[in-house]
Amino acid sequence: MYYAVTIATLITMGLALVRALLGPSIYDRLLAANMFGTKTVLFLSVVAFLYGRPDFLDLALVYALINFIGVIAVLEFIRERVDNNGAKKNTGEQNS
Amino acid sequence: MTTVIDILSWVFLTGGGLFVFIGGLGALRMPNLYTRMHAASLTDTMGAVLVLVGIMLQAGLTLATIKLAAILLFLLLTSPTASNALASAAILSGLQPQEGTVRPGGASE
Repeated sequence: MYYAVTIATLITMGLALVRALLGPSIYDRLLAANMFGTKTVLFLSVVAFLYGRPDFLDLALVYALINFIGVIAVLEFIRERVDNNGAKKNTGEQNS
Repeated sequence: MTTVIDILSWVFLTGGGLFVFIGGLGALRMPNLYTRMHAASLTDTMGAVLVLVGIMLQAGLTLATIKLAAILLFLLLTSPTASNALASAAILSGLQPQEGTVRPGGASE
């Protein structure tokens, strides 16, 4: 039964890669990258039990943290760049 | 008892795989960014919960279950936060959600 989840996760990672490659805006690409990271965590967790090596769970744990921090960092970078380029609509209450 | 736990775990794992696949399909096929975000965050929460709970039922009461619970906690904390930050950054950059038949970009300038 682990095989089904592994294959579903792999197919979803492929679909996320396709969306990241042809996403029209940069936010589509970021969304796909975030989804790819989450699916990698799930994939590592399932593979740890598929091969009977629970050590992989540590990798999944570390990957979850790194993925979150990476996505937030890229989002902050893009927001700073948008703010510096004369943003069209500044709410005024958000000045970092 | 073992059979019951096995069947329950199988149901959880299959449901999680189905959710993950449907969410990936939606993230590829949906028409604009916010609907894609809806599909992707569906897989981030429901699919992850189902798959990890299914594996937890298989693992029993060991250290692996604690690690899986930590992964589940982190995912449940971080992926809605990432989705919220993504939507907020997209809104702030002027990408308006479409309403009805409003053309894209028509209301942002």
